[in-house]
Amino acid sequence: MTPDQPPGRPAGGLISPAQNTWCPGCGNFSIQHMMKSAIAELSEEEGIPLENFVLLGGIGCHGKLADYLNVNSLYAIHGRSIPAATGIRLANPDLKVICHVGDGDIYAEGLDHLIFAAKRNSDITVIVHDNRVYGLTTGQYTPTSPTGFKGRSTPGGITEHPINPLEVMLAAGATHIARGYTKKVRHLKDLFKEAVMHRGFSLIDVLQICATYFNLTDYYNEHAYEMQEGEVDTGRFESALGKIREWDYDREASIPLGTFYSVEKPVYEEKFQALTAGRPERRALVRKVIEEWR
Amino acid sequence: MAEYSVLIGGKAGEGINTAGLSIAGLFSRLGYRTYMYFDYPSLIRGGHNFAIIRASDRTVGAHRTPVDVLLAFDQNSIDNHRQRIHSGTTVIYDASQVVRAEGYGLPLDAIVKEEKAPPITKNSAMLGALSRVGGIGREILDDVLRATVPAKHLEANLRVSGRGYDAAGEVFTVEPLDAPALPVLTGNEVTGLGLVHGGLDTYVAYPMTPSSSILHFLANRAEDLAIKVIHPENEIGVILMALGLAYAGEKTAVGTSGGGFCLMTESLSLAGMSEIPVTIVMGQRPGPSTGIPTYTAQGDLHFVLNAGQGEFPRLVVAPGDLEEAYAWSATALMLSWRYQVPAIVLTDKTLGEGAYSFDFGAVATPPDHEPVLWDGAGEYRRYARTENGVSPLAFPGREGAVVKATSYAHDEAGFTTEESEEVIELQEMRFRKGESLNAELATYPAVKTYGARNSGTTIICWGSEKWACIEAAEEFGARVVQPLVLAPFPARQWKEAMIGAGRVVCVENNATGQFARLLRQHGFDPGRPILKYDGRPFAVDELAARLGEVFA
Repeated sequence: MTPDQPPGRPAGGLISPAQNTWCPGCGNFSIQHMMKSAIAELSEEEGIPLENFVLLGGIGCHGKLADYLNVNSLYAIHGRSIPAATGIRLANPDLKVICHVGDGDIYAEGLDHLIFAAKRNSDITVIVHDNRVYGLTTGQYTPTSPTGFKGRSTPGGITEHPINPLEVMLAAGATHIARGYTKKVRHLKDLFKEAVMHRGFSLIDVLQICATYFNLTDYYNEHAYEMQEGEVDTGRFESALGKIREWDYDREASIPLGTFYSVEKPVYEEKFQALTAGRPERRALVRKVIEEWR
Repeated sequence: MAEYSVLIGGKAGEGINTAGLSIAGLFSRLGYRTYMYFDYPSLIRGGHNFAIIRASDRTVGAHRTPVDVLLAFDQNSIDNHRQRIHSGTTVIYDASQVVRAEGYGLPLDAIVKEEKAPPITKNSAMLGALSRVGGIGREILDDVLRATVPAKHLEANLRVSGRGYDAAGEVFTVEPLDAPALPVLTGNEVTGLGLVHGGLDTYVAYPMTPSSSILHFLANRAEDLAIKVIHPENEIGVILMALGLAYAGEKTAVGTSGGGFCLMTESLSLAGMSEIPVTIVMGQRPGPSTGIPTYTAQGDLHFVLNAGQGEFPRLVVAPGDLEEAYAWSATALMLSWRYQVPAIVLTDKTLGEGAYSFDFGAVATPPDHEPVLWDGAGEYRRYARTENGVSPLAFPGREGAVVKATSYAHDEAGFTTEESEEVIELQEMRFRKGESLNAELATYPAVKTYGARNSGTTIICWGSEKWACIEAAEEFGARVVQPLVLAPFPARQWKEAMIGAGRVVCVENNATGQFARLLRQHGFDPGRPILKYDGRPFAVDELAARLGEVFA
């Protein structure tokens, strides 16, 4: 059930004792193990204490990862993990806040939060388990399902086109945008580490196999490729946009994997930090406000 | 008893609210207790806005229909208020706008033109004329203007107010009182200050009348109060952000009204399950739906008592004036953290946007409560089973602790479970927590009474109707009973307060008698309903007339 040979270092206590209930062959295993390795390696290489990582989950198969890793977690509700993540980062700038979300979870239910987190450059990482189908509710179309997709709620096939979430994110102001694939685990782990270390909002859309409801393994194996150095200028909006549009989640095309865009912008949470620093005696401040009232 | 009522009316955008507050400030400077009701439609310019300022040598928290002075910027301000004008009423009006009136006509257009002053200074002319009519000295008037008008506009305002002063004559004399000049604040401002007293680190809100001014006030004062104030994309984002902040250790409150609270209910339930503390200021206005956005109601009591799927304990408090708003906002926040339950401070437009003299010294300072924190011993379990139902808190970043909070049914460590026994244990643990909260509240004034026991008549009311009821009750020698805590319901204190109640009425700003229904649920008799549901609070005389019909 785990990927063939985990390329990351073993991370001992990071796997929790919770019983794993994902289907055999689920792409979530790759994400789980690469997340675990990324955390372990970042902890060692960057000196980030393990207790400073916080994972958030929405609702869907992806969310179970919150249970399966022995790391601080807020297992939230459908589509709503992102504003909570911003809240956590607002409260404590030392924390590395990582949202694991699903494609239905965040591109449908929680799209507003996603766009606004990108817009304000909230210093959080969003990892989308994009299997392009609702798994836990047993097979309905999501915002990234291709045209014609036949699900249990749309037996005649959908007529609408999928959104290209990376294009949406670029337009919204995301400062770090990448795509990974659950069969390219080493690459995935590196993408995770890079995104977590990015100062500001980062999003990785992970093409994830749903072994039960939408198994695109052959399609992805055939079309996905890792972008090479210099293939995209990650500091340039237009270059990133061009590369992001190479595949629109719908028509047949080669699927670039890797980082499309990565730029520095002021981080949203930082301007609030000074206000509460040092935890002053606020009751005296309240008294002062009232006494000075005219 | 010395008391005065002044109405000032005009179009939206003319600064009626600010002018009303200046009038309240004027009386406050003379030692009077003041209350201001502000009535405005949901538009930015035009329409008819008015404020009624009542000043008294005793505490006031409601208006009366008749006024002693009516300040009219337009004809509507006279025509819409004929019922308030009596033989002793002095009318001061803008002679440039008003054609049918008797009283002092001020040629405001000419005055501001001659004084080369901006149109907004017309308010100062009215204030000047009012001062003259009330026999209030120029020096006091100037002093109030100096305190409220920005320096660069001060001279123009002083000149224009002088013109108003000279244009009127003395009709009566407002005697200065030997009492301190109390600040005049709104319920929303004091609620914000109370939250900070209770330990607030961060306030998060999306604008919605009548709670927006908490957001504006705290944002404006964020540096003075050393708090963060955040305005996210919508109310769903608001409460989730608050829960994230609280999960990571920051005491957080949010504010909204009915429609915004609808959007928050999903996460209210999340707060209930995950046991992440959050305090919600819920300012009621008339619904359903958009309703009458800038008016008042007490129509969301059962909504806040029952909002959110599933069963979980919550704290709901309903302050009735500034002193209670301060104390109970602080208490709600502290108890929310002490018992890890969502707390709701239920207010309404009347209290939130109404202005009152704030007697800070009269606030019953609530007892301090700190959250129960993990002692660092052994393995941390976020939902450790305890006798009183409260699991010690740790926050992410704490060495040696893995903090797992969740929306799912969970075991002690915070891992998802669907096992029958664990689910039952979890549910019972949550309700032990609610019982502990209830026991704690027995030491608070959760039910307050005013007037003599065994008076034979008792008026029940809650929230902002408190002062209208207290005043109206005096005319009948009736007792007033007011619950401050609505959940968990303080049944023992209620029973004790209602001993010898006699004939009972229950006064509410809603159409169905929601508090009466809550009383019946708990096996108490709410008596006869006196309801008002036109979006306006009771005037004291209006309520007295309604009481007279019932008590007759």
